[in-house]
Amino acid sequence: MDFTHTEQRRLLEETLQRFLRDNYPMSLRHEHAAARPGFSRELWSRFAELGLVGALFREEHGGFGGAGFDLTVLFEGLGRALVVEPFLATLLGGSLLAELGTPEQRSLLAQIIEGERLVSLAHGEPQGRYELADVATTAERDATGVWKLHGSKAVVPNGDSADWLIVSARIHGEQTDPQGIGLYLVEASTEGLERRGYATVDGGHAAEITLDGVVLDESAALGAPGESFAALEKAVDQGTLALCAEALGAMQTATDITLEYLKTRKQFGVAIGGFQALQHRYVELLIEIEQVRSQLINAASSVEHHAPDRRWQLSAAKHLVGRVGRLVAEETVQLHGGIAMTWEYDLGHFAKRLVMIDHWLGDTDHHLEQCAVLGRDQPAV
Amino acid sequence: MDLSYNPEERAFRDEVRTFLQDHLDSRLRERVRSGQRLTKADYETWHALLNSRGWLAVTWPPEYGGTGWNAVQRHIFEEECCAAGAPRIVPFGVSMLGPVLIRFGSPAQREFYLPRILDGTDWWCQGYSEPGAGSDLASLRTRAVRDGDHYVVSGQKTWTTLGQHANRIFCLVRTATAGKPQEGISFLLIDMRSPGIEVRPIVLLDGEHEVNEVFFDNVRVPVENLVGEENAGWTYAKYLLTHERTGIAGVGFSTSALAELKRIARAQRKNGRPLADDPYFAARIARVEIDLEAMKTTNLRMIAAAAQGSAPGVESSMLKIKGTVIRQEINDLARRALGPYALPFVSEALDAGHNETAIGPDFANPLASQYFNNRKLSIYGGSNEIQKNIIAKTLGL
Repeated sequence: MDFTHTEQRRLLEETLQRFLRDNYPMSLRHEHAAARPGFSRELWSRFAELGLVGALFREEHGGFGGAGFDLTVLFEGLGRALVVEPFLATLLGGSLLAELGTPEQRSLLAQIIEGERLVSLAHGEPQGRYELADVATTAERDATGVWKLHGSKAVVPNGDSADWLIVSARIHGEQTDPQGIGLYLVEASTEGLERRGYATVDGGHAAEITLDGVVLDESAALGAPGESFAALEKAVDQGTLALCAEALGAMQTATDITLEYLKTRKQFGVAIGGFQALQHRYVELLIEIEQVRSQLINAASSVEHHAPDRRWQLSAAKHLVGRVGRLVAEETVQLHGGIAMTWEYDLGHFAKRLVMIDHWLGDTDHHLEQCAVLGRDQPAV
Repeated sequence: MDLSYNPEERAFRDEVRTFLQDHLDSRLRERVRSGQRLTKADYETWHALLNSRGWLAVTWPPEYGGTGWNAVQRHIFEEECCAAGAPRIVPFGVSMLGPVLIRFGSPAQREFYLPRILDGTDWWCQGYSEPGAGSDLASLRTRAVRDGDHYVVSGQKTWTTLGQHANRIFCLVRTATAGKPQEGISFLLIDMRSPGIEVRPIVLLDGEHEVNEVFFDNVRVPVENLVGEENAGWTYAKYLLTHERTGIAGVGFSTSALAELKRIARAQRKNGRPLADDPYFAARIARVEIDLEAMKTTNLRMIAAAAQGSAPGVESSMLKIKGTVIRQEINDLARRALGPYALPFVSEALDAGHNETAIGPDFANPLASQYFNNRKLSIYGGSNEIQKNIIAKTLGL
């Protein structure tokens, strides 16, 4: 047993922490989140220069990391500072490109890692909730090999600013059949692709995307047409792990801020942290956060080793993150009182992100159901 | 990051597993698994078996007859014992008093008492709590007044677990009343056969006689039975508590209990199908299973830290809280899984040799009773609320 990180990962952690401390005040985060594209292109370039975008991908794909614990170290750090730059979108889209891309398609990955181009995954649909196989968007191929896409994609992370989109579409089968789903690498400016970008409640950006007869030639197909589900699942697994780690980071900052407040805020002539009712509620948060940290280790380890129970471990982690994230969000606000309800005070923004992370890639209920269905004793193949 | 055991640890695990397979009596194993009552002789047989292999005192150094195992080995041993359906090791002599004597006892005390713990000559019990001193243990009032070569002890101890089997009791007693309450406490070893001691059973809400009250009426205790220094007993008591809390997460117990819960849920029916397939019940099992899976790793993280030499701190408080809540939740689900058959209770069926046909499913009888019994988990060993106070204090609140 060894619960320490490698030297390289500790370095990654320190680099990120130092950079964010010196360059990422909350005021700047708000400023970027409020305007299009919802983050700073300049900061994104600097993240890339520091190798932090490369940390999302394996060496064979031109990156510096890409394994389970590379992702958790990186995203935990991002979560601590509530970073709004498009790391999740890049991970989701980029890992599919890395996994399935032809050498030519993969050349785009190099530009992504350098921070010059942005990619996202346009997979979710208005009716799909969190069911990964629910794809109603259609892809039809004519006799000349040209593909035509029709349909709608919902809440695509940073879909409004991505230069390229990886779009899923059904080639054959029923609407919820895992078989028959294809992936396409589509330039955002392609004719017939409409985007409606918007801000999300927690400071991010996303887009609704309409595909109205988008015409693509054969080279746009990513991987074997109709057999993309496994790769999709793998990319979403990575994204799930990343979100869990981001949540852990945000939980830590939220509780750090709260501890400081409990020690300094005075009422009835004493620091409110002296009241047992508040102490116990605070301590409960710390206990639950340690549980999240442990389950994140379980999940990252199972992803890194491609363990047979990895889907159970990931769903367990996302469920726990959903449950504890909400608890931390609500309790840290409550422990503060009115001040935490203000926009000006940082805590509320962590609370918002913690609650809303539950709405990405499957919520508390969805993943509990997954765990119940999968069963700890009947590992996935 | 590596969550797996190394080759030596795996070899050790196999060694323990094989030993238990070969030597743990299958009838005893079955009685533990089915939640039957264990007798004094059952515990003594189990201790003797471990002692014959040199595996009884897992926290003691080898020079005193202990195993000298590190935290990882102790964890593996505990895991294997639970998985094999072994009884628990009665902790009072081996896990609690032993380490205190090794650390603070006189050479004569170590030489006399430690071998007797190992060979089963002595069965110790713990004299800490009093009717007026529960969570506020330092307010204890049982007095020990020096009279020549003796202390004269008067007062009352309570919640004395398995005191009915014990021939000796280690007690916290008040030897001074000036200053802070913690500063006037001493640690005394007392022979239960001394004149003036009376043990009265306390029957708990599950109907079982597990704990006792112990009354002391001018009991004369030789001064050489004082451990360490007079009025320094609180320090020793706190040291003992840290030992009481190793393994506090109860991972092994929860793991076995969860496996049993799943067996029950597969055997019980709802609408003609296994209860385990009911989405609502399956979700409840999944939820506690997730909590347990996370806690196992929290426990391993603490064990890895302990094996590196760091002292248990707030982590043991966290594990105590989380571990007991999880065990209680599993007990609750097992009770619910039975439906109406949680109600019948035949006390005699908990005894060895009972062979009447069970009422309802044959696993049902002890489960509601166990649920009630295990409400104690979040109360004893420093209640979960006290643990939260401890954590809050270390945070500077």
